[in-house]
Amino acid sequence: MAEGHIATEHTASHPALQHHFENLEQQREAGTLGMWVFLVTEIMFFGGMFLAYTLYRTQYPQAFASASNHLSWQLGALNTGVLILSSFTMALAVYSAQIGKRRNQIVCLALTILLGLTFLVVKAIEYHEKYVDHLIPGRLFPGNPFNPGKVHLLPGASANNVEMFYWIYFAMTGMHAVHMIIGVGVLSVIMYFAARGRYGPEYHNPVEISGLYWHFVDIIWIFLFPLLYLLGRHLEHGG
Amino acid sequence: MSVLHTMSEHIVPLRIYVTIFLALLVGTALTVWAGFRDFPGQLNVIIALTIAVIKATLVVLYFMHVRYSSRLIWVVFTSALFWLVILFALTFSDYWTRCWLPIC
Repeated sequence: MAEGHIATEHTASHPALQHHFENLEQQREAGTLGMWVFLVTEIMFFGGMFLAYTLYRTQYPQAFASASNHLSWQLGALNTGVLILSSFTMALAVYSAQIGKRRNQIVCLALTILLGLTFLVVKAIEYHEKYVDHLIPGRLFPGNPFNPGKVHLLPGASANNVEMFYWIYFAMTGMHAVHMIIGVGVLSVIMYFAARGRYGPEYHNPVEISGLYWHFVDIIWIFLFPLLYLLGRHLEHGG
Repeated sequence: MSVLHTMSEHIVPLRIYVTIFLALLVGTALTVWAGFRDFPGQLNVIIALTIAVIKATLVVLYFMHVRYSSRLIWVVFTSALFWLVILFALTFSDYWTRCWLPIC
């Protein structure tokens, strides 16, 4: 084409450009917008569980504080740090793609995946502790029904409402962990393509929108940590 | 040539990422510290949520690049908060007012 200076003429030659987009810029904007719309539905999805939590916490504050105090805040804080670090390495992976540092990009993605797996291992240790303490709600495990005997009950706390806290705890952290597992899977695919050199300064939208998802999962945990692990700590010493 | 494609994309400098990361760690430490102190009334949960909202805002603005994104992304993101407020407001307008009438 003689009019080579028209933007679309340049970008049309890029192999990543889909035929239904004018140029890479429009494609990038559409991809980012699509991920944000998805994240809005995710916010509403987790919002329902946060609503249930808020509702029952305000109705049974003593039972929720008692049950929460039995969680390991040390492991929760450790996992918060791990997730924040993984968000940082994820941001660096996007940054490396933007400035065309392919090696750094792959290293950062690998670190993010490793930190995600670390989070899941710590979570599994916590779940196992709850299993050993008979704190899996209901009768999911035959011969190991829920029994709040290990939980120090604050005055006015009923065992049934302690069980209710653990339902909410497992529903929220469980759904969060499912999102982490999906995130690790998505990032593994991204890392595979990154290793094959698909992403550079011109085209890296898949890295960026996977990052948006990863950061969103981090944000959910930023709220879960204080709400689930720390809500009754200040009552522990006072009695 | 490549200037054409990357012109509207803002590349956040490395030093901002490091600053946000450190701020998030400080926020986490503050959350734990405040969680163990006995503040009067409902102040404990208010402090915890305030720190969490600040941390989330930092992640959204800088790690998720919303600060440098188009108005459209802002509108979409804000719509989530808007619907979330409706979800909470309508539910609690029910639960918190049930005993205003002698039926509970």
